[in-house]
Amino acid sequence: MSDIPSELKFLASHEWARLCDNGELEIGISDHAQEALGELVYVELPGVGDKLDAGEESAVVESVKAASDVYCPASGTVTAINEELEERPDLVNDSPYSAGWLFRLKPELDSDYANMLDAAEYEETLEDED
Amino acid sequence: MAPFAGWEMPIHYGSQIEEHHRVRTAVGLFDVSHMAVVDLQGRDSTAFLQRLLANDVGRLVEDGSALYSCMLNEQGGVIDDLIVYRRATHRFRLVLNAATAGSDLDWIAEQSQDYTLEIQRRPEMAILALQGPAATTALIDAIGDRSELTDLKRFRSTEFDQLFVARTGYTGEEGYELILPVEDALLLWDRLLTGVVAPVGLGARDTLRLEAGLCLYGQDLDNQHTPTESGVDWTVAWQPEGRDFIGRQALSEKNRQTRSLFTGLLLEEKGVLRSGMSVLQNDQRIGITTSGGFSPTLQRSIAFARLTLPENGELSADSLFVEIRGKQKAVTAISLPFVRNGKIVARL
Repeated sequence: MSDIPSELKFLASHEWARLCDNGELEIGISDHAQEALGELVYVELPGVGDKLDAGEESAVVESVKAASDVYCPASGTVTAINEELEERPDLVNDSPYSAGWLFRLKPELDSDYANMLDAAEYEETLEDED
Repeated sequence: MAPFAGWEMPIHYGSQIEEHHRVRTAVGLFDVSHMAVVDLQGRDSTAFLQRLLANDVGRLVEDGSALYSCMLNEQGGVIDDLIVYRRATHRFRLVLNAATAGSDLDWIAEQSQDYTLEIQRRPEMAILALQGPAATTALIDAIGDRSELTDLKRFRSTEFDQLFVARTGYTGEEGYELILPVEDALLLWDRLLTGVVAPVGLGARDTLRLEAGLCLYGQDLDNQHTPTESGVDWTVAWQPEGRDFIGRQALSEKNRQTRSLFTGLLLEEKGVLRSGMSVLQNDQRIGITTSGGFSPTLQRSIAFARLTLPENGELSADSLFVEIRGKQKAVTAISLPFVRNGKIVARL
């Protein structure tokens, strides 16, 4: 059973977002996603300052098996990227919800985050997948 | 686990990358029983295989010796790649790819109508591959120290009752492929795994063969392309000239016209090469990657590519790009293999 922290919100396409104290969103991929992808060997991140739209392809995670797009959960501007992933893409496997975060975003609207799935709803989508 | 040609195949037993390194540095065990074992015998079996296969079984002068060959259609396209072992005079064993085994057997049956021989598929046989620099030690630990084993040369096989041991493999390392009845294979599998041997899945098998420069049927080889277009023209035996193997004439004509080059590629930037990506030179598409992935030994991405050389010029090795998600990334053409016997042999 994969780990689904209750304080995060999710997309059905397996991205998570954490609402930080400063109002920014931290974005990553779920434990279920990293498990399904297998060991990551490369992560392509957006640039700091990039403006992204909700639903846009914002990053790519590449595993030993395949490449997978990471969709942006909210429209906004990228404020930080996890540079450690350049040398250690496997951090996403080891720690998908903390050390394996992908990037941070200053959202334009509150509604994008509000519209994401909560942990229970995300869990239901996983059950439907199985 | 993942479905493959009607089999449930283990992709990894924990970590694909660790399994890969284990085979390069010690020893790993693969269950490759999905591949098909087919035995041929009868007075015409040698003549038949000399007609059926692009490589020449006439080169197998000793019992136990083995040959890698393509089986071609009349157009010179590759129906399958296989290993043929000579077990005795007019007695051979073929190991075929799982996905093509059914159509291969139909083809073989059709082609053999005018020959006197028996063709027998052996579904009761399992195949284990024990691969890595410590493979010989591990095998001796499991089945005992026998001189036939320690004296066995590369591309040779020997048999102990129902246990067929060949010094062949698909990893670029020392090792063995073991063909034996399923019930014996279960026992041998368990016995081998009590020591330093670790099980290895299909995932690492793919990255190991990629580093070793070995083609995979369905990706690098298919019935639309000749052996030359897949970099295995060295397996076609043109001598003796009178040997009329299937596809010979078409292949000879196609070879005269082809400007095809099958090469290794090394990605000079971050990212991962995959099969089916466009290869470009001066913004012109000159070919396609047929296999690709991340090389755990090189810690870079590598690929095989089928290129068409420009009519006038040669490939300028420093101006090649592969298109990854719409962006051109620099690659270098590298002669295969990338890795052999645990060491990087590609000139980087």
